[in-house]
Amino acid sequence: MRFVDEYRSGDVARSLAERIAALAEPGRRYKFMEVCGGHTHAIYKHGIEDLLPPEVELVHGPGCPVCVIPMGRQDDALAIAERSEVIFTTFGDMMRVPSTRGSLLDAKARGADVRMVYSPLDALKIARDNPDREVVFFAIGFETTAPSTALTLLRARAEGTTNFSMFANHVTIIPAIRAILGSPDLRLDGFIGPGHVSTVIGLRPYRFIARDFGRPVVVSGFEPLDVLQGVYMILRQLADGRCEVENQYTRVVRDEGNPRAMQAIAQTMELRTTFEWRGLGFISQSALKLRPEFADWDAEVRYEVPGVRVADPKACQCGEVLKGVIKPWECKVFGTACTPERPIGTCMVSSEGACAAYYNYGRLSRRRESAATT
Amino acid sequence: MTDRVRSEQDVLDAIERRRRRPHVKLLEQHITLAHGAGGKSTHALVETLLLRELRNPELERMGDSALVQLGNGSAPRVAFTTDSFVVSPLFFPGGDIGDLAVNGTVNDLAMSGARPRFLTLGLIIEEGFPIADLERVVRSIAAAARAADVTVVAGDTKVVERGKADGLYASTAGLGVVEHGLELDPSGIRPGDRVLVSGSIGDHGMAIMVARGGLDLEVDLESDTAPLHEIAAALVAAAGDGLRCMRDPTRGGLATVLNELAVAADAAIVIDEDAVPVRPEVNGACEILGIDPLYVANEGRLAAVVAPEAADDALAALREHPLGRQAAVVGEVRAEPPAMVLLNTAFGGSRVVDMLAGDPLPRIC
Repeated sequence: MRFVDEYRSGDVARSLAERIAALAEPGRRYKFMEVCGGHTHAIYKHGIEDLLPPEVELVHGPGCPVCVIPMGRQDDALAIAERSEVIFTTFGDMMRVPSTRGSLLDAKARGADVRMVYSPLDALKIARDNPDREVVFFAIGFETTAPSTALTLLRARAEGTTNFSMFANHVTIIPAIRAILGSPDLRLDGFIGPGHVSTVIGLRPYRFIARDFGRPVVVSGFEPLDVLQGVYMILRQLADGRCEVENQYTRVVRDEGNPRAMQAIAQTMELRTTFEWRGLGFISQSALKLRPEFADWDAEVRYEVPGVRVADPKACQCGEVLKGVIKPWECKVFGTACTPERPIGTCMVSSEGACAAYYNYGRLSRRRESAATT
Repeated sequence: MTDRVRSEQDVLDAIERRRRRPHVKLLEQHITLAHGAGGKSTHALVETLLLRELRNPELERMGDSALVQLGNGSAPRVAFTTDSFVVSPLFFPGGDIGDLAVNGTVNDLAMSGARPRFLTLGLIIEEGFPIADLERVVRSIAAAARAADVTVVAGDTKVVERGKADGLYASTAGLGVVEHGLELDPSGIRPGDRVLVSGSIGDHGMAIMVARGGLDLEVDLESDTAPLHEIAAALVAAAGDGLRCMRDPTRGGLATVLNELAVAADAAIVIDEDAVPVRPEVNGACEILGIDPLYVANEGRLAAVVAPEAADDALAALREHPLGRQAAVVGEVRAEPPAMVLLNTAFGGSRVVDMLAGDPLPRIC
């Protein structure tokens, strides 16, 4: 674990925190959005906010793959999972997401064959091992997970595994950031860019944020020191009067991203005209579907699904949370009607969701809040 | 203070009130795996159904064992408990379902401060199960019983049709004798008390996850399954009146046990991340899977709360035993905030450690 521990040193954190405090102009309020749910999780899990001066506020963004799946798609997933011939495979995080008829965990309790996997390749293996069953993989996530879906599709085709298909729900990060920047009720001073997504797409796609919207972007890693250094680099840009896309996560992210991964995505998937995001509504060209030549492996083609748009429960304010407009605790049902045991909204399900992270780890952040606002 | 701060405080207060309200009704229509994970869903099931129908003062204590008095007041108190074992795979590095079934019940008795004496054994066997495997399990039960100084005095076997059980399920009940006058109960916990663990956490749960295969992780991990009767007795002898209570953090891990204690004591338990012993292999596997070792099961570790003045002796006694070489003081009890577990992170921040709803589910990316 040495390779991780060195990014968690409390001593280094303290000196970095001092440099951050020195850079922040007293009395000015800085709002930085961490786009990625992985960052949200790290921030709460390690208590990073405790190390920030009261001037700096972190706003949680839309980059939680579980959180942005709308309820209608979850209904579709259940419809496929409940078919008797289907073994429905999914990442563990999706098991508890509510649909109008309960979660996949509930469907499993009612008799559906739902299995947790760690990778789509595991799902493909289940298909090979169960030739008399149909295996469907619930493909979700941003550009981080899309390449593994793409490579699995290519392998399924190459080896001729036909009892396997993908229920594709991959989304792309840039349109979501654009939607947030266009939102009038949010004032942000900078972005902590998503590290994992950027290993695939590189730095270029973020340039419009600096160029057109005048906001600094620092792509950062997921260890607590990475996040803290990301905050420092944004403040440094602001103090220097610069506005650029910078890379804090140089040990992993290359400027050009991973062209081979991008190529695998392009080979197997194409943009949907539009896709509904939970809480954010329909965003054009923001999601991926399988290309027609992969129709044989496309669960949406092979199975009839309701395909109905389901409105979020009225009380649910996941949209505002995902856009960073409100803090999790400002949602009317937070922690009372909506809890990790009985979630109403997706943000309460995934450990990367802002609500779950705040509920599970952060219920003490009032100390900082009060310091910041008095 | 501004309105906004007050209102966050209001929300947090409302959550705490709700969190501490007893469960009255189970909201689900079906049992899900979350009900078996040892966390909040398990507690809800126990409170709303089992406790409701079977309520009595001894059951309400919800200890690892019941403490009952047979005969008149001069007879020794007896600890009595039961446990079931459905582990998959049946054989794993460091143990198998056989020694797990013995040690699990022995440890529940030992945590109540009792000397384990007698066990019963129930086996539910699936049609087609290899006799050779059964023999291996029973031999391991015999060896574990000898090691724990207990006798299996009664038993039962049932065979169910193929497909109706996952190979083999085992269940044990145990009886032990309390040979001291201490009242070991979380209600005795006071602010200032110290929290100790007897060794590294998460070994058993991660060994099982890795042994299940499908992860393609090459790590050398063994279950920590072991009988705790000796080390528990050593702790009782060393800490005496200073010992408040002991628990074995099995399903749900250390985090779940500490939450149960914090609720029972109506106090805060604050632990230091740096002080909690975790093997690098366990930490690494947890990191890859996005699981927190605090929630991972142990089968040969104990957590204890002791008075501050007894902490040094208690730690020394634990470390003197072969199972307690890595024992550590991991935290302390505070009055505020009541019924919560907090963690000071190695990074210099702090956070809440809540009980999980169900099983820890791996994150996506």
